[in-house]
Amino acid sequence: MTIVAANDLIIGYGAIPIASGISIALQPGSVTCLLGPNGVGKTTLFKTLLGLIPPLGGAVRIGDDDLADLPRRTIARRIAYVPQAYVSDFAYTVLDLVVMGRTAYLGAFAAPGRADYAIATDALGALGIAGLAERDANRISGGQRQLALIARALAQRAGAIIMDEPTASLDLANRLLVLDRIAGLAKDGLAVLISTHEPEQAFAIADRVAVIGRDNHFATGPVDAVLTPEQLTRLYGVALTVERTPSGRLVVGPAAAPHAG
Amino acid sequence: MKPALSILLLAAAVVLLFLISLGIGPVQLGPVVVTKALFGAGDPIDVLIVRDLRLPRTLLAAMIGATLALSGAALQGLVRNPLAGPSIFGAPSAAAFGAVTAIGLGLADALSYALPLAAMLGALLSVGALLMLAGASASMLTLLLAGLALSSLASAAVSLALNLASSPFAALEIAFWLLGSLEDRSFHHVAMAAPPILGCWALLIATRGSLRALTLGEDVARTSGVDVKRLKLLTVIGVALGVGGAVAVAGAISFVGLVTPHLVRPLVGHDPARVHIPAMLAGAALLLAADCACRLIPTTSEIRIGVFTALIGAPFFIWLVVRQRGRDLLQTQGG
Repeated sequence: MTIVAANDLIIGYGAIPIASGISIALQPGSVTCLLGPNGVGKTTLFKTLLGLIPPLGGAVRIGDDDLADLPRRTIARRIAYVPQAYVSDFAYTVLDLVVMGRTAYLGAFAAPGRADYAIATDALGALGIAGLAERDANRISGGQRQLALIARALAQRAGAIIMDEPTASLDLANRLLVLDRIAGLAKDGLAVLISTHEPEQAFAIADRVAVIGRDNHFATGPVDAVLTPEQLTRLYGVALTVERTPSGRLVVGPAAAPHAG
Repeated sequence: MKPALSILLLAAAVVLLFLISLGIGPVQLGPVVVTKALFGAGDPIDVLIVRDLRLPRTLLAAMIGATLALSGAALQGLVRNPLAGPSIFGAPSAAAFGAVTAIGLGLADALSYALPLAAMLGALLSVGALLMLAGASASMLTLLLAGLALSSLASAAVSLALNLASSPFAALEIAFWLLGSLEDRSFHHVAMAAPPILGCWALLIATRGSLRALTLGEDVARTSGVDVKRLKLLTVIGVALGVGGAVAVAGAISFVGLVTPHLVRPLVGHDPARVHIPAMLAGAALLLAADCACRLIPTTSEIRIGVFTALIGAPFFIWLVVRQRGRDLLQTQGG
């Protein structure tokens, strides 16, 4: 059962298309990585999939419904969004931050109830940061804040989670931690879509990739089939190669210069 | 201090100031006499003074103070800026323009309801103009710029009305009205102001929960299920109703809306959705206190309440800006 699907989507702003021919299908229990050079339209695609901007062509389907027909609250109960972690002006606790994920389930006058706080606490536990509940959300590390934002999306109890460069500006340890947790979300049955600048992250945790290249180039499919050295070279405009390390990891690096050796 | 306790204390302060305010005037009455008079007991003259002469004014001070503070809290949450106040979308200036037009055209003398009605019409028209100018799906920046433009236009129109006033007395009447006053208000004014003010309270209190999710940004709030477009619309309309009603009966009272949310924010842990009720109580208390002060300060003519709030509010606003600067410095140093 596909949670989010788009076929031959054209994305852009106003009358200006940025990319076209985009087909995405997010299945439960999978991680899809979105790759592409800067400015090619990854954020625009996310905004289109979340219903924040309308597609210029084609439609986004959430289950059996067209995204354009659904009210905000219903969309929120099916797809959750995790922005890049940043420091906000208001000093609230991590638990307060996570319980905001319950907004789509609250009535007009309602404040979060005990059940909502319980769901928020469970979300924190699922990501291994239950101990941060009462900490000031602005005083935790970047990796912890990113995990808190993921917990917020988890509390939203949506079937799909879309994350915008979840490991950007994180140090190595935090990067590995967040990636590990993201893989865990998929194992728990969620459909996860993340954008990243690191093809190696796709090799590490993704089942499928979608690549958007310049000049309306789009390709999607299983990681190994799509992320070939040729695809990567075309995508980033630099000669790249994929190698397997002795421990079995796939790494991406510049292809050997023709005059070497 | 727990939020519940501070709300209780604020409510107690409001009640206390209410009774004190009812006791101030050419005939000084103690709180006990005042309480009895409210219920119709005691000297009939005292009952007359308290119920017919002073109660409307005191009620209006509490209602308007609460409304302005509530509007300020709602707008600061909506635009996520602590320097926002009820005037950012132009409603007070438009209401003032409506009132001034009624005075200048002599309608206010012909019909006692003309002035308040014209003011409310001005505020509501400003909402319509704002939405037409900026568009219902406008970004916050566009809305703010449109509000600024409309506010400037309305202020210019008020200046024109003063300029073209038919007589010095008319000009003086306009000028004094603009200063903001609660003198000689009757229950007609309370009845006039109550419906839009209650409408404002209903709209802004009902939508306050969404302000929490908004702190993460508009896009994230929308993906959390908040209808941001509807939130902006309801907030703008709610503020216009409340401010329109307030300006309609009392003229321009400034700074209460801007300053009061800041005073109560430390009590509620900076949660933008929890500021509203404490702000209403504190605003009522502040305006009641200001009204008492205006009547107690020995000057030749009574100080208008709008003048008083501006004199106290402006230095506080300056302090806010300085504090904000200090925060900016800390942030750049922290890195």
